[in-house]
Amino acid sequence: MFRTARTNPGLDADETPRQVVERIAQSRARDRRRFRLEFIATWLILVGGLVLAIASTGRVHPDFMIEWAPFIIGGVSITIFVSVLSIIFATMFAVVGALGRLSTVAPVYATATLYVSLVRGTPLIVQLIFWYLALPQFGIVLPGLVCGIFGLAFNYGAYMTEIFRAGIQAIPRGQIEAAAALGMTDRLTMRRIVLPQATRIVIPAIGNEFIAMIKDSALVSYVGIQETFWRASTTGSRSFRTFETLLIAALIYWVLTIGFSLLQERLERRMRESDVRI
Amino acid sequence: MSFLDHPGGFGPGGIGPIAPIPGFDTPDAVSVRDPYAKPGVLTPPGARPIVKVLGLEKFFGSNHVLRGCTVEVYPGETICLIGKSGSGKSTLLRCTNFLEEPTMGSIEVGGIRVDADPLNPRSRSHREQIRQIRLGAQMVFQEFNLFPHLRVIDNLIEAPIRVKGLSRDEAIATAEKFLDKVGLSDKRDEFPSRLSGGQKQRVAIARALTMEPKVLLFDEPTSALDPTLVGEVLIVMEELAHEGATMIVVTHEMAFAREAADRVYFIDEGRFIEVGPPEQVIDAPQDPLTREFLARTHGTGAHVHASPAP
Repeated sequence: MFRTARTNPGLDADETPRQVVERIAQSRARDRRRFRLEFIATWLILVGGLVLAIASTGRVHPDFMIEWAPFIIGGVSITIFVSVLSIIFATMFAVVGALGRLSTVAPVYATATLYVSLVRGTPLIVQLIFWYLALPQFGIVLPGLVCGIFGLAFNYGAYMTEIFRAGIQAIPRGQIEAAAALGMTDRLTMRRIVLPQATRIVIPAIGNEFIAMIKDSALVSYVGIQETFWRASTTGSRSFRTFETLLIAALIYWVLTIGFSLLQERLERRMRESDVRI
Repeated sequence: MSFLDHPGGFGPGGIGPIAPIPGFDTPDAVSVRDPYAKPGVLTPPGARPIVKVLGLEKFFGSNHVLRGCTVEVYPGETICLIGKSGSGKSTLLRCTNFLEEPTMGSIEVGGIRVDADPLNPRSRSHREQIRQIRLGAQMVFQEFNLFPHLRVIDNLIEAPIRVKGLSRDEAIATAEKFLDKVGLSDKRDEFPSRLSGGQKQRVAIARALTMEPKVLLFDEPTSALDPTLVGEVLIVMEELAHEGATMIVVTHEMAFAREAADRVYFIDEGRFIEVGPPEQVIDAPQDPLTREFLARTHGTGAHVHASPAP
């Protein structure tokens, strides 16, 4: 049987290669466990230290937090409702926008390009308040909820237009040639061959946009939607306890984004493992 | 494919300006006939060609790729286009179903004729005629180009249902028939990513067959394959040729050309140099260019006494 060389330091001469491999694996596992432990410890020290430091000032009232937490948490459903509807509409804007950006018809291309440029070149908060407070000057009064969802969707749609455009352009030319060679029209090719494949490519990116959307949905409090952030800032400023309420809101958003990130990771892993390869 | 040829996108943005080129004489596209084409052994006398490529010219920018190519293919014939890479043989094939827009000349498939018209956007009726030509001339690609998001069976029924308007049941029955023909019935519900290269290409052949085309166009169907997988694809193709399918095959497989072709066209720098039955072009080439090409093509028609290139 093969034995490891005696001259090799650190290796026991009586070990078989299999035993050496095993020992390396054990050592690696030990390193990983140690790293994880240190990671958790660091977080506990940082967060615990922060909590202790804040508590030691004696200016934070836990009773107030416990009293108002249920009201603020009640805004989570509205936050999610707004975010989900907005991402759906944004996706629709994005598909239309991407097709426009890929059009060879100049006016269509120009319109889509104007949309992307204008929306990406102005602050989201300006756009939201424009829909809510500036349009009424022309007699167009939209409910706050409509303004909020539409405004977010319109804004994110512009960013996602470029995501979809890239997704569509990532489809190999051969796919389109094969469809054309089978006698499919451009429209049919787009609908049955290109978009289904492009969608799979952009799903992770849409997930990222959704997580960003959850945070940006706090801005719709400015158009009168009583979601998480609105509840936090209102209750906070009324009783001059903004620190407590904002802390609650921040924690809520944090937990939400972590939750959806994990969900997205699992979805991506499932897509990778499935038969449907890109 | 208009959305790929976008000025702000990618892909070749059409042909460049055509400068008059010295020594480039325009053949009279209408009167030119392929002098080598004749009804094959399987064809009754008086038959009309299924494919007529007349006086085809193609430029990529100022690069003159095809110089007046004329090919006629009769029902039941298999013709092979051979030549170096870059000689224009694939371009000729891709012009036949308008995946490339010819610069001059005309294409006729199954009685539908479309003239080259690279400067003007195609009208709706022209686009429809081109679509009809593509339906009649199904192509098998070097890179297979199966749709990765569809299972094998769905790859095969997509176009028959959506393009030819077959019912789902009819389409599935046809698809299963051709899947059986290429020997892949057991892969019916697999995704293409689970198939070997040879299996993918056989599925691609089955997909072309489900459209029941008048002629099959093969664009180097075995060039992307591992050498051990080439055979299974060639067997299917030879079987098709012997059953009387009409085929135009761009290939480097001289053994296949010798076995299956009625005529072999050797093309160099966009011109047909030597055309004839494989016994002539491959086994006893007359032109020095053909000899040089065959001598360099490994282990095929290379003749020991072929004079080396000067």
